Amino acid sequence: MQWLNILIQGALLGGFYALFAIGLSMSFGIMRLVNIAHGDFIVLSAYVGMVAIEGTGLDPFSSLVIVVPVMFALGYVLQRGLLNFTLSGGLLPPLLVTFGISVIIQNGLLQGFGAYDHRLQEGPIETASLHLPGGIDVGVYPLVVFAAAVLGIAGLQLLFYSTRLGRAFRAVSDDAETAELMGIDNRKLYALALGIAMAFTAIAGVLFGIRTIFDPAAGPIRLILAFEAVIIGGLGSLWGTLLGGMVLGIAQAIGAALDPTWQILAGHIAFLCILILRPSGLFPRTRD
Amino acid sequence: MTLLLRTQELSAFYGDFQALFGVNVDVMLGETVAIIGANGAGKTTFLRAVAGALAAAPEAVLFDGKPIGGKTPHEIVRLGIAMVPEGRRLFPSLSVEENLLLGSHSGRAGPWNLKRVYQLFPRLQELRRLPAPSLSGGQQQMAAIGRALISNPRLLLCDELSLGLAPVVIRDIYECLGAIAAEGTTIVLVEQDINRALDASARFYCFQEGRLALTAPTGDFDRAAISAAYFGL
Repeated sequence: MQWLNILIQGALLGGFYALFAIGLSMSFGIMRLVNIAHGDFIVLSAYVGMVAIEGTGLDPFSSLVIVVPVMFALGYVLQRGLLNFTLSGGLLPPLLVTFGISVIIQNGLLQGFGAYDHRLQEGPIETASLHLPGGIDVGVYPLVVFAAAVLGIAGLQLLFYSTRLGRAFRAVSDDAETAELMGIDNRKLYALALGIAMAFTAIAGVLFGIRTIFDPAAGPIRLILAFEAVIIGGLGSLWGTLLGGMVLGIAQAIGAALDPTWQILAGHIAFLCILILRPSGLFPRTRD
Repeated sequence: MTLLLRTQELSAFYGDFQALFGVNVDVMLGETVAIIGANGAGKTTFLRAVAGALAAAPEAVLFDGKPIGGKTPHEIVRLGIAMVPEGRRLFPSLSVEENLLLGSHSGRAGPWNLKRVYQLFPRLQELRRLPAPSLSGGQQQMAAIGRALISNPRLLLCDELSLGLAPVVIRDIYECLGAIAAEGTTIVLVEQDINRALDASARFYCFQEGRLALTAPTGDFDRAAISAAYFGL
Protein backbone atom coordinates (compact mmCIF):
# COMPACT_ATOMS: atom_id res chain seq x y z
CA MET A 1 0.00 0.00 0.00
CA GLN A 2 2.85 2.31 0.75
CA TRP A 3 4.15 1.86 -2.82
CA LEU A 4 0.73 2.49 -4.33
CA ASN A 5 0.68 5.71 -2.35
CA ILE A 6 4.10 6.65 -3.71
CA LEU A 7 2.98 5.93 -7.27
CA ILE A 8 -0.13 8.06 -6.89
CA GLN A 9 1.70 10.98 -5.30
CA GLY A 10 4.42 10.74 -7.94
CA ALA A 11 1.94 10.64 -10.79
CA LEU A 12 0.13 13.71 -9.45
CA LEU A 13 3.44 15.54 -9.09
CA GLY A 14 4.05 14.54 -12.72
CA GLY A 15 0.92 16.41 -13.76
CA PHE A 16 2.57 19.50 -12.33
CA TYR A 17 5.73 18.95 -14.37
CA ALA A 18 3.66 18.26 -17.47
CA LEU A 19 1.91 21.58 -16.95
CA PHE A 20 5.33 23.24 -16.80
CA ALA A 21 6.25 21.55 -20.05
CA ILE A 22 3.19 22.11 -22.28
CA GLY A 23 4.36 25.50 -23.55
CA LEU A 24 7.87 24.24 -24.19
CA SER A 25 6.61 21.12 -25.98
CA MET A 26 4.30 23.17 -28.16
CA SER A 27 6.79 25.82 -29.20
CA PHE A 28 9.35 23.17 -30.05
CA GLY A 29 6.79 21.01 -31.85
CA ILE A 30 5.53 23.78 -34.11
CA MET A 31 8.52 26.02 -34.75
CA ARG A 32 11.49 24.04 -33.41
CA LEU A 33 12.03 26.85 -30.93
CA VAL A 34 14.08 25.76 -27.94
CA ASN A 35 12.97 28.37 -25.46
CA ILE A 36 15.67 28.74 -22.81
CA ALA A 37 13.59 31.44 -21.11
CA HIS A 38 10.64 29.08 -20.63
CA GLY A 39 11.28 28.57 -16.90
CA ASP A 40 11.60 32.32 -16.41
CA PHE A 41 8.30 32.87 -18.20
CA ILE A 42 6.71 30.48 -15.68
CA VAL A 43 8.15 32.56 -12.84
CA LEU A 44 7.22 35.81 -14.59
CA SER A 45 3.64 34.53 -14.82
CA ALA A 46 3.62 33.96 -11.07
CA TYR A 47 4.77 37.56 -10.55
CA VAL A 48 2.17 38.87 -13.00
CA GLY A 49 -0.38 36.88 -10.96
CA MET A 50 0.94 38.41 -7.76
CA VAL A 51 0.66 41.95 -9.11
CA ALA A 52 -2.82 41.24 -10.48
CA ILE A 53 -3.93 39.83 -7.12
CA GLU A 54 -2.55 42.80 -5.21
CA GLY A 55 -4.08 45.23 -7.66
CA THR A 56 -7.56 43.73 -7.92
CA GLY A 57 -8.08 41.66 -4.78
CA LEU A 58 -8.85 38.57 -6.85
CA ASP A 59 -7.81 35.14 -5.60
CA PRO A 60 -5.02 33.36 -7.57
CA PHE A 61 -7.35 31.10 -9.58
CA SER A 62 -9.45 34.08 -10.69
CA SER A 63 -6.33 36.09 -11.46
CA LEU A 64 -5.85 33.78 -14.46
CA VAL A 65 -8.41 35.88 -16.35
CA ILE A 66 -5.76 38.61 -16.28
CA VAL A 67 -2.52 36.59 -16.35
CA VAL A 68 -3.47 34.35 -19.30
CA PRO A 69 -4.31 37.19 -21.73
CA VAL A 70 -1.26 39.18 -20.60
CA MET A 71 1.09 36.26 -21.25
CA PHE A 72 -0.66 35.40 -24.53
CA ALA A 73 -0.09 38.96 -25.72
CA LEU A 74 3.52 38.89 -24.55
CA GLY A 75 4.12 35.64 -26.44
CA TYR A 76 2.48 36.96 -29.59
CA VAL A 77 4.46 40.19 -29.60
CA LEU A 78 7.72 38.50 -28.67
CA GLN A 79 7.44 36.02 -31.54
CA ARG A 80 6.27 38.59 -34.05
CA GLY A 81 8.72 41.30 -33.07
CA LEU A 82 11.82 39.30 -32.19
CA LEU A 83 11.90 35.51 -32.38
CA ASN A 84 10.59 35.26 -35.95
CA PHE A 85 13.80 36.93 -37.05
CA THR A 86 15.91 34.22 -35.39
CA LEU A 87 14.28 31.16 -36.93
CA SER A 88 15.87 31.17 -40.37
CA GLY A 89 19.46 31.10 -39.14
CA GLY A 90 19.66 27.59 -37.70
CA LEU A 91 19.50 26.32 -34.13
CA LEU A 92 21.86 28.75 -32.44
CA PRO A 93 20.23 32.21 -32.82
CA PRO A 94 16.95 31.33 -31.02
CA LEU A 95 18.97 29.65 -28.25
CA LEU A 96 21.08 32.75 -27.74
CA VAL A 97 18.17 35.17 -27.94
CA THR A 98 16.01 33.22 -25.48
CA PHE A 99 19.02 32.86 -23.19
CA GLY A 100 19.30 36.65 -23.28
CA ILE A 101 15.58 36.98 -22.52
CA SER A 102 16.09 34.66 -19.56
CA VAL A 103 18.82 36.91 -18.14
CA ILE A 104 16.67 40.00 -18.70
CA ILE A 105 13.62 38.49 -16.96
CA GLN A 106 15.60 37.28 -13.96
CA ASN A 107 17.35 40.58 -13.45
CA GLY A 108 14.25 42.60 -14.21
CA LEU A 109 12.32 40.71 -11.54
CA LEU A 110 15.20 41.11 -9.13
CA GLN A 111 15.22 44.84 -9.80
CA GLY A 112 11.49 45.23 -9.49
CA PHE A 113 10.61 42.87 -6.67
CA GLY A 114 13.88 42.14 -4.85
CA ALA A 115 15.29 38.71 -4.08
CA TYR A 116 12.53 37.85 -1.59
CA ASP A 117 10.41 34.74 -1.66
CA HIS A 118 6.77 35.16 -2.60
CA ARG A 119 3.76 32.92 -2.57
CA LEU A 120 0.22 33.15 -3.89
CA GLN A 121 -2.43 32.30 -1.27
CA GLU A 122 -5.42 30.33 -2.50
CA GLY A 123 -6.75 29.36 0.95
CA PRO A 124 -8.02 26.04 2.34
CA ILE A 125 -7.82 24.15 -0.97
CA GLU A 126 -4.03 24.15 -0.66
CA THR A 127 -4.11 21.78 2.31
CA ALA A 128 -7.37 19.91 1.71
CA SER A 129 -7.11 16.21 1.00
CA LEU A 130 -9.25 13.24 0.08
CA HIS A 131 -9.03 10.08 2.18
CA LEU A 132 -9.01 7.04 -0.06
CA PRO A 133 -9.46 3.48 1.24
CA GLY A 134 -6.23 1.85 2.37
CA GLY A 135 -4.99 4.91 4.20
CA ILE A 136 -3.99 6.82 1.07
CA ASP A 137 -4.41 10.58 1.26
CA VAL A 138 -4.58 12.53 -1.98
CA GLY A 139 -4.19 16.29 -1.89
CA VAL A 140 -7.01 18.20 -3.57
CA TYR A 141 -4.63 20.80 -4.94
CA PRO A 142 -2.32 18.29 -6.71
CA LEU A 143 -5.48 16.75 -8.20
CA VAL A 144 -6.56 20.16 -9.48
CA VAL A 145 -3.13 20.70 -11.03
CA PHE A 146 -3.17 17.24 -12.61
CA ALA A 147 -6.65 17.85 -13.99
CA ALA A 148 -5.47 21.19 -15.42
CA ALA A 149 -2.62 19.42 -17.21
CA VAL A 150 -4.89 16.71 -18.64
CA LEU A 151 -7.58 19.18 -19.69
CA GLY A 152 -4.99 21.52 -21.17
CA ILE A 153 -3.43 18.78 -23.26
CA ALA A 154 -6.83 17.43 -24.31
CA GLY A 155 -7.85 20.93 -25.34
CA LEU A 156 -4.69 21.40 -27.38
CA GLN A 157 -5.18 18.02 -29.06
CA LEU A 158 -8.68 19.10 -29.99
CA LEU A 159 -7.27 22.33 -31.37
CA PHE A 160 -4.61 20.51 -33.39
CA TYR A 161 -6.79 17.77 -34.84
CA SER A 162 -10.23 19.33 -35.18
CA THR A 163 -9.73 22.93 -36.23
CA ARG A 164 -8.51 24.82 -39.25
CA LEU A 165 -5.89 26.58 -37.16
CA GLY A 166 -4.66 23.25 -35.79
CA ARG A 167 -4.34 21.86 -39.31
CA ALA A 168 -2.18 24.83 -40.23
CA PHE A 169 -0.06 24.31 -37.10
CA ARG A 170 0.57 20.67 -38.03
CA ALA A 171 1.35 21.54 -41.64
CA VAL A 172 3.86 24.19 -40.59
CA SER A 173 5.41 21.73 -38.14
CA ASP A 174 5.83 19.20 -40.97
CA ASP A 175 7.22 21.53 -43.61
CA ALA A 176 7.19 25.27 -43.00
CA GLU A 177 8.46 26.21 -46.46
CA THR A 178 5.78 24.28 -48.32
CA ALA A 179 3.10 25.52 -45.94
CA GLU A 180 3.97 29.07 -46.87
CA LEU A 181 3.88 28.19 -50.57
CA MET A 182 0.33 26.92 -49.95
CA GLY A 183 -0.74 30.30 -48.62
CA ILE A 184 -0.07 30.09 -44.89
CA ASP A 185 1.35 33.15 -43.16
CA ASN A 186 3.99 31.37 -41.09
CA ARG A 187 5.03 34.44 -39.13
CA LYS A 188 1.54 35.14 -37.91
CA LEU A 189 1.00 31.46 -37.18
CA TYR A 190 4.20 31.26 -35.14
CA ALA A 191 3.13 34.32 -33.16
CA LEU A 192 -0.19 32.67 -32.39
CA ALA A 193 1.62 29.47 -31.41
CA LEU A 194 3.89 31.21 -28.91
CA GLY A 195 0.87 33.16 -27.65
CA ILE A 196 -1.01 29.94 -26.96
CA ALA A 197 2.10 28.30 -25.46
CA MET A 198 2.48 31.33 -23.16
CA ALA A 199 -1.17 31.12 -22.14
CA PHE A 200 -0.42 27.62 -20.84
CA THR A 201 2.78 28.90 -19.27
CA ALA A 202 0.64 31.48 -17.46
CA ILE A 203 -1.55 28.74 -15.96
CA ALA A 204 1.55 26.77 -14.98
CA GLY A 205 3.10 29.86 -13.39
CA VAL A 206 0.12 30.78 -11.24
CA LEU A 207 -0.45 27.19 -10.10
CA PHE A 208 3.28 26.98 -9.36
CA GLY A 209 3.08 30.16 -7.28
CA ILE A 210 0.26 28.69 -5.19
CA ARG A 211 2.09 25.44 -4.60
CA THR A 212 5.49 26.69 -3.62
CA ILE A 213 7.51 29.80 -2.91
CA PHE A 214 9.14 31.56 -5.84
CA ASP A 215 11.84 34.16 -6.33
CA PRO A 216 13.41 35.76 -9.43
CA ALA A 217 15.95 32.93 -9.79
CA ALA A 218 13.43 30.07 -9.66
CA GLY A 219 13.12 29.76 -13.45
CA PRO A 220 16.05 27.62 -14.58
CA ILE A 221 15.08 24.66 -12.34
CA ARG A 222 11.54 24.73 -13.83
CA LEU A 223 13.12 24.83 -17.29
CA ILE A 224 15.14 21.70 -16.58
CA LEU A 225 12.12 19.83 -15.24
CA ALA A 226 10.06 20.90 -18.24
CA PHE A 227 12.84 19.87 -20.63
CA GLU A 228 13.14 16.48 -19.01
CA ALA A 229 9.37 15.91 -19.23
CA VAL A 230 9.35 16.88 -22.92
CA ILE A 231 12.33 14.70 -23.81
CA ILE A 232 11.20 11.64 -21.84
CA GLY A 233 7.81 11.87 -23.53
CA GLY A 234 9.25 12.35 -27.01
CA LEU A 235 9.57 15.63 -28.90
CA GLY A 236 6.38 17.06 -30.29
CA SER A 237 3.98 14.71 -28.51
CA LEU A 238 1.77 16.40 -25.91
CA TRP A 239 0.42 13.19 -24.37
CA GLY A 240 4.03 12.01 -24.31
CA THR A 241 4.87 15.16 -22.36
CA LEU A 242 2.20 14.29 -19.78
CA LEU A 243 3.64 10.80 -19.48
CA GLY A 244 7.16 12.22 -19.32
CA GLY A 245 6.10 14.44 -16.44
CA MET A 246 4.60 11.45 -14.67
CA VAL A 247 7.75 9.35 -15.15
CA LEU A 248 9.72 12.22 -13.64
CA GLY A 249 7.28 12.64 -10.74
CA ILE A 250 7.12 8.93 -9.94
CA ALA A 251 10.91 8.61 -10.07
CA GLN A 252 11.19 11.53 -7.66
CA ALA A 253 8.58 10.05 -5.33
CA ILE A 254 10.38 6.70 -5.29
CA GLY A 255 13.70 8.43 -4.68
CA ALA A 256 12.20 10.46 -1.86
CA ALA A 257 10.72 7.33 -0.27
CA LEU A 258 14.13 5.65 -0.23
CA ASP A 259 15.89 8.70 1.15
CA PRO A 260 14.43 12.22 1.20
CA THR A 261 17.67 13.72 -0.12
CA TRP A 262 17.40 11.60 -3.27
CA GLN A 263 14.18 13.08 -4.58
CA ILE A 264 15.57 15.47 -7.20
CA LEU A 265 18.49 13.21 -8.10
CA ALA A 266 16.16 10.25 -8.74
CA GLY A 267 14.25 12.29 -11.30
CA HIS A 268 17.42 13.24 -13.16
CA ILE A 269 18.64 9.63 -13.07
CA ALA A 270 15.35 8.43 -14.56
CA PHE A 271 15.78 11.05 -17.28
CA LEU A 272 19.33 9.92 -18.03
CA CYS A 273 18.25 6.26 -18.16
CA ILE A 274 15.52 7.07 -20.71
CA LEU A 275 17.99 9.15 -22.70
CA ILE A 276 20.31 6.13 -22.88
CA LEU A 277 17.65 3.50 -23.56
CA ARG A 278 15.32 5.50 -25.83
CA PRO A 279 17.12 8.64 -26.98
CA SER A 280 14.09 9.87 -28.94
CA GLY A 281 11.76 9.50 -25.95
CA LEU A 282 8.71 7.32 -25.39
CA PHE A 283 6.41 8.70 -28.09
CA PRO A 284 8.37 10.86 -30.53
CA ARG A 285 6.21 12.65 -33.09
CA THR A 286 8.26 15.47 -34.50
CA ARG A 287 10.48 14.41 -37.36
CA ASP A 288 14.10 15.57 -37.72
CA MET B 1 -4.33 37.98 -75.79
CA THR B 2 -3.87 39.32 -72.28
CA LEU B 3 -0.55 39.08 -70.57
CA LEU B 4 -0.87 37.32 -67.17
CA LEU B 5 2.71 36.85 -66.07
CA ARG B 6 5.82 38.63 -67.23
CA THR B 7 9.31 38.33 -65.86
CA GLN B 8 11.76 40.97 -66.97
CA GLU B 9 15.45 40.50 -66.37
CA LEU B 10 14.62 38.12 -63.51
CA SER B 11 17.71 37.09 -61.57
CA ALA B 12 17.75 34.83 -58.54
CA PHE B 13 20.37 33.74 -56.05
CA TYR B 14 20.96 30.97 -53.53
CA GLY B 15 23.19 32.83 -51.08
CA ASP B 16 26.12 34.02 -53.19
CA PHE B 17 25.38 31.60 -55.99
CA GLN B 18 23.50 33.10 -58.92
CA ALA B 19 21.07 30.60 -60.43
CA LEU B 20 19.12 32.83 -62.84
CA PHE B 21 20.61 35.52 -65.08
CA GLY B 22 18.09 38.08 -66.36
CA VAL B 23 15.36 35.79 -67.68
CA ASN B 24 12.43 37.22 -69.66
CA VAL B 25 9.33 35.05 -69.85
CA ASP B 26 5.79 36.02 -70.90
CA VAL B 27 2.74 33.91 -70.12
CA MET B 28 -0.62 34.80 -71.68
CA LEU B 29 -3.93 34.34 -69.94
CA GLY B 30 -5.27 30.82 -70.46
CA GLU B 31 -2.25 29.29 -72.17
CA THR B 32 -0.04 26.44 -71.07
CA VAL B 33 3.65 27.19 -71.26
CA ALA B 34 6.40 24.63 -70.78
CA ILE B 35 9.81 25.35 -69.35
CA ILE B 36 12.34 22.71 -70.27
CA GLY B 37 16.02 22.31 -69.68
CA ALA B 38 18.61 19.99 -68.22
CA ASN B 39 19.32 19.53 -64.52
CA GLY B 40 20.51 22.78 -62.97
CA ALA B 41 19.21 24.94 -65.82
CA GLY B 42 17.25 27.09 -63.37
CA LYS B 43 13.72 25.82 -64.08
CA THR B 44 12.77 25.19 -60.46
CA THR B 45 14.54 28.38 -59.43
CA PHE B 46 12.37 30.28 -61.89
CA LEU B 47 9.17 28.85 -60.40
CA ARG B 48 10.36 29.51 -56.87
CA ALA B 49 11.21 33.11 -57.70
CA VAL B 50 7.76 33.65 -59.23
CA ALA B 51 6.10 32.02 -56.19
CA GLY B 52 8.02 34.25 -53.80
CA ALA B 53 10.14 31.52 -52.22
CA LEU B 54 13.26 33.25 -53.54
CA ALA B 55 13.93 36.97 -53.38
CA ALA B 56 13.37 38.92 -56.59
CA ALA B 57 13.39 42.59 -57.52
CA PRO B 58 9.83 44.04 -57.42
CA GLU B 59 9.64 44.89 -61.11
CA ALA B 60 11.25 41.62 -62.17
CA VAL B 61 7.98 39.73 -61.78
CA LEU B 62 4.75 41.28 -63.05
CA PHE B 63 1.50 39.45 -62.41
CA ASP B 64 -1.56 40.92 -64.05
CA GLY B 65 0.53 44.01 -64.71
CA LYS B 66 1.45 44.59 -61.07
CA PRO B 67 4.93 44.08 -59.62
CA ILE B 68 4.97 41.13 -57.21
CA GLY B 69 8.72 40.40 -56.93
CA GLY B 70 9.82 40.24 -53.31
CA LYS B 71 6.36 39.58 -51.90
CA THR B 72 6.08 36.67 -49.48
CA PRO B 73 4.81 33.33 -50.81
CA HIS B 74 1.52 33.51 -48.92
CA GLU B 75 0.78 36.96 -50.32
CA ILE B 76 1.44 35.63 -53.80
CA VAL B 77 -0.88 32.65 -53.28
CA ARG B 78 -3.55 35.16 -52.26
CA LEU B 79 -3.03 36.99 -55.57
CA GLY B 80 -3.72 33.75 -57.43
CA ILE B 81 -0.47 31.89 -58.09
CA ALA B 82 -0.32 28.32 -56.77
CA MET B 83 2.52 25.85 -56.86
CA VAL B 84 2.66 22.08 -57.22
CA PRO B 85 6.15 21.64 -55.79
CA GLU B 86 8.75 19.21 -57.07
CA GLY B 87 8.51 15.91 -55.23
CA ARG B 88 4.88 16.64 -54.22
CA ARG B 89 5.81 17.82 -50.70
CA LEU B 90 2.54 16.69 -49.09
CA PHE B 91 2.35 17.16 -45.34
CA PRO B 92 3.08 13.70 -43.91
CA SER B 93 1.20 14.06 -40.64
CA LEU B 94 -1.96 15.30 -42.35
CA SER B 95 -4.57 13.10 -43.99
CA VAL B 96 -5.19 13.36 -47.73
CA GLU B 97 -8.25 15.51 -47.17
CA GLU B 98 -6.44 17.77 -44.70
CA ASN B 99 -3.69 18.23 -47.26
CA LEU B 100 -6.25 19.29 -49.83
CA LEU B 101 -8.01 21.63 -47.40
CA LEU B 102 -4.73 23.29 -46.57
CA GLY B 103 -4.87 24.86 -50.01
CA SER B 104 -8.01 26.73 -48.93
CA HIS B 105 -6.16 28.77 -46.28
CA SER B 106 -5.45 31.51 -48.78
CA GLY B 107 -9.18 32.27 -48.72
CA ARG B 108 -9.54 32.88 -52.46
CA ALA B 109 -13.00 32.37 -53.84
CA GLY B 110 -13.52 30.47 -57.07
CA PRO B 111 -14.80 27.32 -58.69
CA TRP B 112 -12.45 24.87 -56.96
CA ASN B 113 -13.43 23.22 -53.72
CA LEU B 114 -13.12 19.77 -52.16
CA LYS B 115 -16.05 18.41 -54.15
CA ARG B 116 -14.65 19.57 -57.47
CA VAL B 117 -11.23 18.13 -56.71
CA TYR B 118 -12.83 14.79 -55.85
CA GLN B 119 -14.70 14.92 -59.17
CA LEU B 120 -11.41 15.44 -60.96
CA PHE B 121 -9.61 12.76 -58.94
CA PRO B 122 -12.29 10.29 -57.73
CA ARG B 123 -9.64 7.99 -56.29
CA LEU B 124 -8.66 10.64 -53.74
CA GLN B 125 -12.15 10.63 -52.26
CA GLU B 126 -11.81 6.94 -51.41
CA LEU B 127 -8.39 7.58 -49.85
CA ARG B 128 -9.26 10.85 -48.12
CA ARG B 129 -8.88 9.63 -44.54
CA LEU B 130 -5.46 8.02 -45.08
CA PRO B 131 -2.24 9.74 -44.09
CA ALA B 132 -0.64 11.30 -47.16
CA PRO B 133 2.55 9.16 -47.13
CA SER B 134 0.52 5.95 -47.52
CA LEU B 135 -0.52 6.96 -51.05
CA SER B 136 1.25 5.82 -54.21
CA GLY B 137 3.40 8.34 -56.07
CA GLY B 138 0.71 9.04 -58.65
CA GLN B 139 -1.98 9.48 -56.02
CA GLN B 140 0.29 11.83 -54.10
CA GLN B 141 0.82 13.86 -57.26
CA MET B 142 -2.96 14.12 -57.70
CA ALA B 143 -3.30 15.28 -54.10
CA ALA B 144 -0.55 17.86 -54.61
CA ILE B 145 -2.33 19.19 -57.72
CA GLY B 146 -5.66 19.19 -55.86
CA ARG B 147 -4.12 21.07 -52.94
CA ALA B 148 -2.88 23.78 -55.32
CA LEU B 149 -6.22 23.96 -57.17
CA ILE B 150 -8.22 24.49 -53.99
CA SER B 151 -6.53 27.86 -53.59
CA ASN B 152 -8.33 28.79 -56.86
CA PRO B 153 -5.24 29.96 -58.73
CA ARG B 154 -5.28 31.98 -61.92
CA LEU B 155 -1.78 30.68 -62.58
CA LEU B 156 -0.74 27.12 -61.71
CA LEU B 157 2.99 26.38 -61.47
CA CYS B 158 3.76 22.68 -61.88
CA ASP B 159 7.25 21.45 -61.07
CA GLU B 160 8.28 18.06 -62.50
CA LEU B 161 4.89 16.36 -62.39
CA SER B 162 6.32 13.24 -64.00
CA LEU B 163 9.18 12.79 -61.54
CA GLY B 164 9.45 9.18 -60.37
CA LEU B 165 6.10 8.11 -61.83
CA ALA B 166 5.27 5.22 -64.17
CA PRO B 167 4.48 6.23 -67.79
CA VAL B 168 0.85 5.15 -67.53
CA VAL B 169 0.42 7.26 -64.38
CA ILE B 170 2.10 10.23 -66.04
CA ARG B 171 -0.37 9.96 -68.90
CA ASP B 172 -3.30 10.09 -66.45
CA ILE B 173 -1.87 13.09 -64.64
CA TYR B 174 -1.35 14.99 -67.88
CA GLU B 175 -4.88 14.18 -69.02
CA CYS B 176 -6.14 15.81 -65.83
CA LEU B 177 -3.86 18.75 -66.42
CA GLY B 178 -5.44 19.17 -69.84
CA ALA B 179 -8.85 19.24 -68.17
CA ILE B 180 -7.65 21.91 -65.75
CA ALA B 181 -6.25 24.01 -68.59
CA ALA B 182 -9.51 23.60 -70.49
CA GLU B 183 -11.29 25.37 -67.63
CA GLY B 184 -9.20 28.44 -68.28
CA THR B 185 -6.44 28.06 -65.72
CA THR B 186 -3.11 29.31 -66.98
CA ILE B 187 -0.33 26.77 -66.45
CA VAL B 188 3.44 26.97 -66.36
CA LEU B 189 4.92 23.52 -66.60
CA VAL B 190 8.47 22.62 -65.68
CA GLU B 191 9.63 19.28 -67.03
CA GLN B 192 12.76 17.34 -67.83
CA ASP B 193 10.67 15.03 -70.00
CA ILE B 194 10.71 17.17 -73.16
CA ASN B 195 8.15 15.24 -75.19
CA ARG B 196 5.65 15.22 -72.37
CA ALA B 197 6.09 18.94 -71.83
CA LEU B 198 5.82 19.84 -75.50
CA ASP B 199 2.71 17.69 -75.99
CA ALA B 200 0.93 19.52 -73.19
CA SER B 201 1.90 23.08 -74.05
CA ALA B 202 1.43 25.65 -76.76
CA ARG B 203 4.77 27.36 -76.26
CA PHE B 204 8.00 26.48 -74.56
CA TYR B 205 11.03 28.17 -73.09
CA CYS B 206 14.28 26.26 -72.92
CA PHE B 207 16.63 27.23 -70.09
CA GLN B 208 20.31 26.54 -70.02
CA GLU B 209 22.58 27.32 -67.09
CA GLY B 210 20.27 29.99 -65.74
CA ARG B 211 19.72 31.76 -69.06
CA LEU B 212 17.06 31.58 -71.71
CA ALA B 213 18.41 29.50 -74.62
CA LEU B 214 15.40 29.16 -76.91
CA THR B 215 11.72 29.96 -77.05
CA ALA B 216 9.18 28.97 -79.67
CA PRO B 217 5.63 27.76 -80.21
CA THR B 218 5.70 23.99 -79.72
CA GLY B 219 4.07 23.41 -83.10
CA ASP B 220 6.92 24.57 -85.29
CA PHE B 221 10.02 23.72 -83.37
CA ASP B 222 13.10 22.18 -84.80
CA ARG B 223 14.23 19.18 -82.79
CA ALA B 224 17.89 19.79 -83.53
CA ALA B 225 17.52 23.36 -82.30
CA ILE B 226 15.93 22.11 -79.07
CA SER B 227 18.71 19.59 -78.53
CA ALA B 228 21.27 22.31 -79.04
CA ALA B 229 19.50 24.62 -76.63
CA TYR B 230 18.89 21.83 -74.12
CA PHE B 231 22.39 20.51 -73.96
CA GLY B 232 24.20 23.65 -74.96
CA LEU B 233 25.81 21.98 -77.97
